[in-house]
Amino acid sequence: MAVNRARRAGARGLTGAGPFTYAVLVLVAVLSLFPLYWTLVGASTSGSRIAQTPPPLLPGGSLWHNLDIAWNQVHMGRALLNSVVVAGCVTASTVLFATLAGFAFAKLPFRGRNLLLSLVVATMTVPAQLSVIPLYQIMAQLHWTDRLQSVILPNLVAAFGVFFMRQFLSEALPIDLVEAARMDGANSLRILWSVVLPIARPGMAVLGMLVFVQSWNDFFWPMIALSQSNPTVQVALAGLGGGSYDSDQAVILTGSLLGTAPLLLVFALLGRQVVGGITAGAVKN
Amino acid sequence: MLDEAVPATAPGPPRPAPPPPSPWRTRLYRWDLKASPYLYVAPFFVCFLAFGLFPLIYTGWVSLHSVDLQTPDRMQWRGFDNYTRLFHDDLFRNALRNTVTIGVLSTVPQLLMALGLAHLLNYRLRGRGFFRIAMLAPYATSIAAATLVFTLLFGRDYGMINWLLGHLGLGHVDWEGGTWSSRIAVSTIVTWRWTGYNALIYLAAMQAVPHHLYEAAALDGANRWQQFRHVTVPSIRPTILFTIVVSSIGATQLFGEPLLFGGGATGHSGGSAHQYQTLGLYLYDQGWYAFHLGRAAAVAWTMLLILLAIGALNLALVRIRRARNGG
Repeated sequence: MAVNRARRAGARGLTGAGPFTYAVLVLVAVLSLFPLYWTLVGASTSGSRIAQTPPPLLPGGSLWHNLDIAWNQVHMGRALLNSVVVAGCVTASTVLFATLAGFAFAKLPFRGRNLLLSLVVATMTVPAQLSVIPLYQIMAQLHWTDRLQSVILPNLVAAFGVFFMRQFLSEALPIDLVEAARMDGANSLRILWSVVLPIARPGMAVLGMLVFVQSWNDFFWPMIALSQSNPTVQVALAGLGGGSYDSDQAVILTGSLLGTAPLLLVFALLGRQVVGGITAGAVKN
Repeated sequence: MLDEAVPATAPGPPRPAPPPPSPWRTRLYRWDLKASPYLYVAPFFVCFLAFGLFPLIYTGWVSLHSVDLQTPDRMQWRGFDNYTRLFHDDLFRNALRNTVTIGVLSTVPQLLMALGLAHLLNYRLRGRGFFRIAMLAPYATSIAAATLVFTLLFGRDYGMINWLLGHLGLGHVDWEGGTWSSRIAVSTIVTWRWTGYNALIYLAAMQAVPHHLYEAAALDGANRWQQFRHVTVPSIRPTILFTIVVSSIGATQLFGEPLLFGGGATGHSGGSAHQYQTLGLYLYDQGWYAFHLGRAAAVAWTMLLILLAIGALNLALVRIRRARNGG
């Protein structure tokens, strides 16, 4: 009996799942997805219906009406555009610089490499709150508050990205390739362009998605640096929910839907890669 | 004779040797080899120095001054006044207590559930991809969107959770108004967003555990729970430690969820009686509502000290465990 089980276990990690496992997983999946589903329900219901018991459980027909209100109550169009610009710039620069540094840390010998790498890892633990005050002072003196560069500049690089690309390139890039290219007389820039970047591309794509999600959802610093007249989506959402308007709950949920739908769409399309990326970035034994 | 004296250097017909690299080229090549790694890591470190390390240290400097939000360039030296004031401030102690409580309430169940879920996801499963993506969906949801939705779900009069509790005969809870109920509600939002993410990180680590360990355990008659307890958990201990550190950092910084929970215009006070005001909110309150950037900076540095203490505690625990296990 035990031998039999062990043989099965050897085939693929642990044994197959029983009904209990499925029951728990289904329950967790429902709990994970229900708030998102209910956002859609609320966003398509009239404001008066949502404040009744029993609460609505099926989507209604007021989605366009609510969209119209949410769109005009805060600067939603501008917010979406701003979020795309901010997350786009932050993603491009983080991925580029992380790939450069990740390549150096993974494959190039240089003095001080280990020290600098541990510095990168250490910086992953510094909380954002510790820099907002000087950043605010700097941005205020440059008259950059309420401008997008105040949100983009502090996020041009991310220690997590460097760490991630280092892990990726350590495994994906054979050192022989780099050395062969060097023997052929290629300089570093040439090696970077024609050897490293093509191999790094899948890792860069995954990192790009992770950084985009993070940047899109960033809240604390944009909330301080931007105002309701030039917000990112998250800041606009805070404006919708912050009680500064006649808070129609259906409209609040419509705003949440607008702010979340783009990312969920990306997830639905690229979910597998994102899942792979998160697990690739984790510390392995 | 003279010709014979130097036979070694007597050139025969010129050999078709590769032209010797010009000294300039060699130097350039060597320089390239030496300097390019630094050039590649430079953008990261330049940006980090400018927007990470400098502000971190400067925050410490600001915390020793009195600075008004409206004239942030004028600073008055105050020594440690901001810090001594903090320790006599009831609201600060309240925020500290709330941060710890909400941190424990969100981090502990979150990581335990993630560990269990990862274990279940590690079985041979139908619909693996679906379960993983479903559990990761909350991670793609922003703090703002998630909090606004949960605020409605936790609503006192029309909220769905109270409606369900009513059906179960458990009565209404004033989620936002109560001390413990509001802390539980805020912790729920955090737990909802991060459990699946942590589960996937654990899953990745679990899949790297060598199969023969399970085979051996199964041969010894270990059931699933015993395998989990004695094979899985010890094997992924570094990953568990990593998630504990990362979630402690997240919990210490908690800001958006308590700010938006309740939906009122006074979010920065963390509820009418500050019942869920965290350190992050208190910092915001001091800096951007009371206009005292110096005090806010002192709060920030206190948070850093707390994080360092957590890190040191974790390290010490690892050391003790290693020493006890004989290295």
